Amino acid sequence: VMDEGAGLSLAIAQVVRRLKATRLHSQLEREAKVSVPPRRAAAPHRAAPRRSSLTRSPCWERKLQNAVYRELHVLPPPGHPAASPEHAKEPLAYMREAQAGWERRILKSLNSMSTELGVPLARKRPAPEQKELSNKWNEMGTDEPGHLYLQGGRVHPVLCSSQVLISLRNPNHDRSEEVGAQSQWGLIQVPLNVQDVAQMREAFADLALNIGQLGIDDHTHVPAGMELSDFLFHQHFYTLTTQDSAAAQQYSRQGCPTGLRAELWALILNSTNEPEDILNYDQLKAGVIQYDLLVDNLIYKDVKLTASNDDYYFVFEDFLYQVLLCFSRDTTVLEHFSYNSATPPKSYIQGKAGEEDYVVVYPPNGVIPFHGFSMYVAPLCFLYNEPCKLYSVFKEMYIRYFFRLHSISSSPSGIVSLCLQFERLLQTHLPQLFYHLREIGAQPLRIAFKWMVRAFSGYLSTDQLLLLWDRILGYDSLEIVAVLAAAVFAFRAENLMEVTSLSSAEAVLADLSTLKVMPLLQIFLFATVI
Amino acid sequence: MAGKVKWVTDIEKSVLINNFEKRGWIQVAEKEDWNFYWMSIQTIRNVFSVDTGYRLSDDQMVNHFPNHYELTRKDLMIKNIKRYRKELEKEGGPLAEKDENGKYLYLDFVPVTFMLPADYNLFVEEFRKSPSSTWIMKPCGKAQGKGIFLINKLSQIKKWSRESRTSTFLTAASGKEAYVISLYIDNPLLIGGKKFDLRLYVLVTTYRPLKCYLYKLGFCRFCTVKYTPSTSELNNMFVHLTNVAIQKHGDDYNHVHGGKWTVSNLRLYLESTRGKEVTSRLFDQIHWIMVQSLKAVAPVMNNDKHCFECYGYDIIIDDKLKPWLIEVNASPSLTSSTANDRILKYNLINDTLNIVTPNAEIPDSRWNRSPPKEALGNYVVLYDEEQAVSENAERDLRSRSGHSLGSKGSRSSSVRPTPATWK
Repeated sequence: VMDEGAGLSLAIAQVVRRLKATRLHSQLEREAKVSVPPRRAAAPHRAAPRRSSLTRSPCWERKLQNAVYRELHVLPPPGHPAASPEHAKEPLAYMREAQAGWERRILKSLNSMSTELGVPLARKRPAPEQKELSNKWNEMGTDEPGHLYLQGGRVHPVLCSSQVLISLRNPNHDRSEEVGAQSQWGLIQVPLNVQDVAQMREAFADLALNIGQLGIDDHTHVPAGMELSDFLFHQHFYTLTTQDSAAAQQYSRQGCPTGLRAELWALILNSTNEPEDILNYDQLKAGVIQYDLLVDNLIYKDVKLTASNDDYYFVFEDFLYQVLLCFSRDTTVLEHFSYNSATPPKSYIQGKAGEEDYVVVYPPNGVIPFHGFSMYVAPLCFLYNEPCKLYSVFKEMYIRYFFRLHSISSSPSGIVSLCLQFERLLQTHLPQLFYHLREIGAQPLRIAFKWMVRAFSGYLSTDQLLLLWDRILGYDSLEIVAVLAAAVFAFRAENLMEVTSLSSAEAVLADLSTLKVMPLLQIFLFATVI
Repeated sequence: MAGKVKWVTDIEKSVLINNFEKRGWIQVAEKEDWNFYWMSIQTIRNVFSVDTGYRLSDDQMVNHFPNHYELTRKDLMIKNIKRYRKELEKEGGPLAEKDENGKYLYLDFVPVTFMLPADYNLFVEEFRKSPSSTWIMKPCGKAQGKGIFLINKLSQIKKWSRESRTSTFLTAASGKEAYVISLYIDNPLLIGGKKFDLRLYVLVTTYRPLKCYLYKLGFCRFCTVKYTPSTSELNNMFVHLTNVAIQKHGDDYNHVHGGKWTVSNLRLYLESTRGKEVTSRLFDQIHWIMVQSLKAVAPVMNNDKHCFECYGYDIIIDDKLKPWLIEVNASPSLTSSTANDRILKYNLINDTLNIVTPNAEIPDSRWNRSPPKEALGNYVVLYDEEQAVSENAERDLRSRSGHSLGSKGSRSSSVRPTPATWK
């Protein structure tokens, strides 16, 4: 067991190592060179105060703070120095195995799709095709008869199903000890520690009934003599002027005012929109134009099946292609696999199968999009109307949160824990309802799984979804998603008690677009007697 | 009140009939005694015509004003607005103020428009000032995008005038084939790269004094094809016209959402991407446009007490977030293109009936036209002249500020004490 001091110094070393590889580091270096001319730098008594003036400059200091803050959020707590990198990805061996098995299945289906269609995983586009794509970059949603998915619909979306999670078992766990325990009721049968209601109340203390929330109390008066929404507007506005990422995150627990949300989220995520970011985006775009990937068809298919038919998101169809196609080519996404239980799929360069030297990650970002993937991007289109900005915020959201929704892991924000969390909460709050649904063959998770995998995107109205995602950012956790899923069941409990089949239960819960998220969460967590 | 409302309609739409039946009203034939007639604009012409018209009694109500066309025919609307502006200018009020370019500061809300063939010379003069501009030709009496085309050369007008004169000489002489030509808004606000316009509903229960209500649940209608101001696409109506009647024939028309986006989506998007202040100003300006257009026609409107009207306002927003009034429809489509559309239109009729036939009772043309707040449903008061007049009188006592017109009774202005728009 490591002592705390050693752990801390490991964490610091890790952050420093990471920061050295960032653009901010080279910017700071450059700035230092400019403010400290080389000749004078030789005289230590002059150089020293100059250097500290650099770090004291509010702008650079803040940027450094925000960057450190980001690293602390993204990185997993450093493990034991002797632990393998695998352990950092996922400490539980059976989780790693389940994830690996799931990946093999996905890759197999991708390969068979490639064979079936007679299309390689990747190919360079001939020059005329490149030109054509370049011309219609802004209207990829219309007029693409060349795309495979139209050819008899042979592109099958990769499905992310709860089935894989249901069959998860810990081989070392003796279930006979648990006979009679409530945990038998649900579908998730793994012994993970998820927070109980008391712990949740503590973790989400800022959602308590006496704390004003945007999404409920917008027009209530606060002591400052104004309405809550105006008060928070001023508070957030100030945070934006100070560019304080940590403060922005703290305040977003009460919800972000609509007019400031886009900037606040970018600040919380430390997502910049500098010339380098634009350059980077343009390079990814060039990658899309030069190379055709088989996974592109999965993206087209997914957008066509989801966002294109969605009352809220159809207008952003073209933005979704512009973001998702670039995303699949972004090799910087690979970094997140150091803390993701998933491993990027590998393939061989054509004609070199089996030769270790010709192994490449496929697709270049290591993420095979599944059915519904585009819904992670769609709500962000309401906030950012420049594709480049939209892209960097989405990417940061993905490598912080969304990957956890389709990787098998023991993380408290991972989909397995969320499912378990949901089942436990529902079982504790409404045992009769849970029992009833289970008896009629309508296991609650069968309905709630799809909501949680998409973090409710496409199910709630957009304004409500953004209020929910404010809290994901604010608490730096996806657990709130499981709470909402349980709260939705509680809200419709009366109707659900009357249904007698899975399909009628699904009908009761088919339309969530009229729900108000914040009252549901608050009542479920704080105003229900258990 | 005893007795059930006897209703007639010549528009066989389920959203109407379901609403009547829900109220337990009884369907009768046109020839019989009726209380409530939801009619097309062709029928209203006969009801009030000198030859065939008949006197409506106190317990009868219809859904059009006799000369609604003063507002809903493209050429007459323009004529009335121009006249209204001149009158205000003559009065010398602050409303008619102009900027250094001679443009009205508060009344410049319709694109520059001329009647053809009547104003041909004026049009040519204007065209020559900016020869690279695009203009849109619309037949005055047609709807749903019929007969509309774009031009950017004078020769195209000359060609059209030759052709129309030879082919439909008689109708042209009778004025039925009159056209309006308007400066085309070639910098529309694009969302997701696509052009859209707004369809908003306004209910008028009386013109003098003016009482009007705005329906909160309007929608944006999107073109299916990317917008391009390029002149090579002038003939591609899928790029330019947002009418569902046009768009539904496109290859990319989606029958799930029908290219319709709710106004609340628009507001969320604009507030998120542009900020709260400009978004509120935009919506204030839209409300201002509606009120001003109604005030422009109020003096010429036959304010028959048996009438109410639910108008469909078409508004385009440009990339500077300035709204433009394109036209007003007397018979906004009650066809439902999607499931959500059906719900919206059903509710629109429901809320309209709740206001004009309080408690679903037999209409009384002498009703007070002041429904209680609870009866408004999704409507909000847009303007209430009586209330505005009394408030103005009060205000004039305190200060002699000029900008007191506007949506006095509306929720938006009561929340924000200073009207941001027309100040």
